[in-house]
Amino acid sequence: MTLMSKEIIKIEDLKRYFKVGDETVKALRGVNFTIHEGEFVTIMGTSGSGKSTLLNILGCLDTPTSGQYLLDGIPVKGMGKNERARIRNRKIGFIFQNYNLLPKTTALENVELPLLYNSSVSARERAERAEKCLKEVGLGERLMHKSNQMSGGQQQRVAIARALVNNPVIILADEATGNLDTRTSFSILTLFQRLHREGKTIIFVTHNPEIALYSSRNITLRDGHIVGDEYNHDIKSAEEVYRNLPEETD
Amino acid sequence: MNIQNLLKIALKALNNNKMRCFLTMLGVIIGVGAVIAMLAIGQGSKDSIKAQISEMGSNMIMIFPGGENRGGVRQSGSDMQTLKPADYDALKAQATTIAHMTPTVSSSGQWVYGNNNYPSQAQGVNTEFLDIRQRNVAEGEMFTEADVRSAAKVCVLGKTVVENLFPNGENPIGKVVRFGKIPLTVIGVLEEKGYNTMGQDQDDLALLPYTTVMKRILATDYLQGIQASAIDENRTDETIEEISEILRTQHKLRDGDDDNFTIRSMQELAEMISSTSSMMTVLLAAVAGISLLVGGIGIMNIMIVSVTERTREIGLRMSIGATGRDIMMQFLIEAVIISVTGGLLGIMLGALATWMISTFAHWPVTISAGSVILSFVVCTVIGIIFGFYPAAKASNLDPIEAIRYE
Repeated sequence: MTLMSKEIIKIEDLKRYFKVGDETVKALRGVNFTIHEGEFVTIMGTSGSGKSTLLNILGCLDTPTSGQYLLDGIPVKGMGKNERARIRNRKIGFIFQNYNLLPKTTALENVELPLLYNSSVSARERAERAEKCLKEVGLGERLMHKSNQMSGGQQQRVAIARALVNNPVIILADEATGNLDTRTSFSILTLFQRLHREGKTIIFVTHNPEIALYSSRNITLRDGHIVGDEYNHDIKSAEEVYRNLPEETD
Repeated sequence: MNIQNLLKIALKALNNNKMRCFLTMLGVIIGVGAVIAMLAIGQGSKDSIKAQISEMGSNMIMIFPGGENRGGVRQSGSDMQTLKPADYDALKAQATTIAHMTPTVSSSGQWVYGNNNYPSQAQGVNTEFLDIRQRNVAEGEMFTEADVRSAAKVCVLGKTVVENLFPNGENPIGKVVRFGKIPLTVIGVLEEKGYNTMGQDQDDLALLPYTTVMKRILATDYLQGIQASAIDENRTDETIEEISEILRTQHKLRDGDDDNFTIRSMQELAEMISSTSSMMTVLLAAVAGISLLVGGIGIMNIMIVSVTERTREIGLRMSIGATGRDIMMQFLIEAVIISVTGGLLGIMLGALATWMISTFAHWPVTISAGSVILSFVVCTVIGIIFGFYPAAKASNLDPIEAIRYE
């Protein structure tokens, strides 16, 4: 099913070592995988498994000690800081556990933010694209709400809109439902599944094994190695679960 | 990222912290305000001294007999007999940079009219004295060249002398007064000029043709001095040199000989006085400058706090594509906005303070364009210098660490 589509991420024998004092901490000890366009991959692992390190490298925030990383066909290893900043700006959409919205700033301005760092996008186009993305995540009515006037779920939706606004080749979510209650988590998961159906490529890093039921593929990391890489042929619908959950009444 | 977006981001950030931003600005406002007000006071007093000196004739040059450096018992200039009318004639004939010139001889004595008398001087000059000293005759008229040639027994009195000799407000013109035993006809009264910077009454004088004083009162053949005015007040040095050369030739001095005359210019006096006031200005400005420096340190302090507080924001901006340079510019622009806005408000505060000083304390003040431009430039520079360290700190943050900063 995915064999014909484009390779978005290709990593080969990826290693990342940290020097802590005299010791060398081996966070990633040779990781290989390829992610094609349109996949919804969960990367699972306990803390210390190396998943954060992997996420940092995939997000071009960090560079591997050795091994190859191709993002959309471009080798990231050996890129300078500014080049990586540029590639993050054009190719990657980040979603964080704690949303990381700018305080006292409207939803629209928050979503516009990545485009501010792209001088080829005009102010008008910026506003139009931000508005379109906010409508896509269901916040068309809350464009001018400030970040501190919104619930956690709404804030995460703004963050997702912000990750979509630059038309990235990959969306990287780091425990995107970690701070939310069950019901809101499922509503956000529903949104992720919808984006997946629309053809977006998503990597969702989490320590919650339940999330894997809703993705198309699950990679499990332990001690810097991949210990599991399975395609999910029976993707459960988050929307169904969401609808069956009772609404909080208290 | 273009400058417009950077400005937008910086303004937004400052707007989120209005109170803190204003308090930081206050340091700069007070600093700049103080600098402006202090420089205005300094410049004002300098200008007023300058105005008073130029009232006396800022291009005035005085020539006295006798050199400066002589051993033995020194004599007062008026006892020296080295300056003769011939010298005056030589200068008159040869000097090209002198606008006006008058010989001076004076004698102290008692002025008498009826049963009033008053001790003052009889100052012997020629008609050009009025031009040199920038005086005018208020009533009657000045004596003429013909009066000088004939050593006429006429005089032009200053207001103070008139008031003492004619206390009942009589018109002095045409009256005959006596100076010592010499009867003189009053032909004019000088316009009042008041006291000068040194506290001398400039109206306590009486002008006579210098020939009258020399021949009829003192019976001498030498001058006590020559007063001249240079054509250009900025080139008095050249004029002094020219005079010196002519007089040395006239006195037949050889190359190694000392001058047997002394030349003084109002310019020198003005410089001496204004150097004192310059020193005061520098002192005042230095004190004010220190408060501006403190304001700058305040900016740096608050920017460092701001960078720490906004570590997560910086991490986020970097992870969505801001380069280190973008972050650096953002914080630098914030610092410069604070300092430049503070500077502008400070200039207004300084102008207000200056206005209050001149209105309520009646001090002479002048706000020069230079001081305004200077403080504005200093503000911008302070913003850049004190904003640089925090901005560099922000731009060097590791996005991985920054985004997880609690």
